[in-house]
Amino acid sequence: MPPRPVSPALLEVRDLVKRYPATTAVDGVSFSVPEGICFGLLGPNGAGKTTTVEVMEGILPPTAGEVRFRGEPLGVRFREEAGILFQKTALQDFLTVRQCVALFRGLYAHGLEVDEVLRICALEKLAQREARKLSGGQQQRLLLGIALVNDPAVLFLDEPTTGLDPQARRNFWELVQSIKARRKTIILTTHYMEEAELLCDDIAIMDRGRIIAQGPPRRLLSEHFAEVLLELPRQDFPEAARSLPLKLFDTSDRVEITTHDLEGTLRSLLAAHVPLTHLRIRPPNLEDLFLELTGKELRP
Amino acid sequence: MMRRLLSVFHARNLEFLRDRGTLIFSLLLPVMLVVGMGFVFGGPPRPLFKVAVLGAAVEAHTHPFLAERYVQFVPLANESEALRKLTHQQVDLLVDFAGGTRYWVNTDSPKGYVVERLLLAAEPGARRQPVTGKAVRYIDWLFPGILGMNMMFSCLFGVGYVVLRYRKSGFLKRLHATPLTAFEFLSAQVLSRLSLILFVTLVLYLGIGTIIGFHSAGNPLLLALLAVLGALSMIALGLTIAARFSSDEVVGGLLNVLTWPMMLLSGIWFSLEGSPRWVQWVAHIFPLTHLLDAARAVMLDGAGPAQIAPNLLYLAATTLVFLGFGAWSFRWRID
Repeated sequence: MPPRPVSPALLEVRDLVKRYPATTAVDGVSFSVPEGICFGLLGPNGAGKTTTVEVMEGILPPTAGEVRFRGEPLGVRFREEAGILFQKTALQDFLTVRQCVALFRGLYAHGLEVDEVLRICALEKLAQREARKLSGGQQQRLLLGIALVNDPAVLFLDEPTTGLDPQARRNFWELVQSIKARRKTIILTTHYMEEAELLCDDIAIMDRGRIIAQGPPRRLLSEHFAEVLLELPRQDFPEAARSLPLKLFDTSDRVEITTHDLEGTLRSLLAAHVPLTHLRIRPPNLEDLFLELTGKELRP
Repeated sequence: MMRRLLSVFHARNLEFLRDRGTLIFSLLLPVMLVVGMGFVFGGPPRPLFKVAVLGAAVEAHTHPFLAERYVQFVPLANESEALRKLTHQQVDLLVDFAGGTRYWVNTDSPKGYVVERLLLAAEPGARRQPVTGKAVRYIDWLFPGILGMNMMFSCLFGVGYVVLRYRKSGFLKRLHATPLTAFEFLSAQVLSRLSLILFVTLVLYLGIGTIIGFHSAGNPLLLALLAVLGALSMIALGLTIAARFSSDEVVGGLLNVLTWPMMLLSGIWFSLEGSPRWVQWVAHIFPLTHLLDAARAVMLDGAGPAQIAPNLLYLAATTLVFLGFGAWSFRWRID
């Protein structure tokens, strides 16, 4: 019997199931994350992203299936080598930024110097400020710093920019990109498609506890869309034109048309006297893919 | 392991010291209590003579002295216990009618002098055995109780609510994602609270002790050992409650369920001697009862290690049981 090939994956998730009394949060999920990439887990709220990530982090026990780190079940080694930023974390009251970082640094055998962490996360000027007095963006930077104290091989970021203003979000993305440049493996969950497009090398889209698509963002887009999108303001789109043989979708203020045949579609719109002054043509993005796959209807 | 434990220990100490409100409150409350109690109970004792009679019961018709008015006769079966009370002037005279009347009188007690005249009037040939000893004021007796009560609240609520707050805020969950173990975390909490309580208790002991002019009769090192074991036992008890639950109501309710019976039955305010046997039995389940019994024995009677060994053992044993149960049932996150 030939020896089993050594898996190049840093993290492997196999047939993961997590059931709660009332619901199945994760329903048979498998994927692997090679070293050095940023892996994005996307999905609407309640899709099972956070549950999947928390099982991967060793925080939640799975109902079935397993997670392997460097080919081994999660254990002490994983805890020493993983950095984690939860969706919501409070720190101890009254501790300064530096003290918070120092506390967590003291929990690991190896890692970065406290000053180095403060520098990476641009927290030097805030070092003496109490953590509870930081703004949302500063707090996320501190929590990221805490996730970096052990110089982790794998970094988990669970919806790290939810609730941040656009500027703080951009700052945070730049930080993550600089960490990516240090060849860290990153597991990112998000429901911001822009974030995923910018940061992720590979993504898995989850819905209702299952993975419904997986691959590099560009490949997923080209697989699912050989089409372009046309957008028209709703008021410019006459009712009569709805009878045309077009793939239509209504948003709150626009009508979207998806098509393989741009010229043919434009000709039929002109023939139906649809005004094209405000017409926009664009390639589909991850958000379109996300909506295409997870459905566009409102969920209860 | 020590490195992780010390990190959490240090951070918890910093957090407490920065929280000025809690710090001041934990020093101020016991001072106010002692001042208040001293004011209420510190007046002169009531003008009633109290005579202890060795034996199981007192029957008035067996001796003319027992028919005296304005004298309360209390039967005491245990001679050494009765002598201790006489030394503290908790009784004014001790009489033994078995086989020729013998009596003990505290020569430092004015009431003892008067009631001795009454006895000698009834039976001039009674044999006299003098003892000496200053009266133990109620405030002296109360002092260990107040220190113990403060310790109890600080241990139970201080630890219980802190761990609950950590769990609810997700801080525990974040710690769980590090190599820190439950045992290390709990030990750090115990040590942090223990150092704090010992410091506060020492400040109160010296401060209030000076104000009320209290002098301990026993060995201060033994008292320190007792304080350490008593605090450990009650911190560990607080941790068993905080180990699992995530609801303020449940934790608050359980802490109250524990503290109120301890407040009433552990002998903080009044001695349990003379109360029904089942009350005493229940009272001796609580670590605080053992702490106070032993503390009073050392502080008021100068008891040595051998005399309070059962109390010390009980406190040590309960510490281990509570800590073991707490670590076993510990939850890092809200289920």
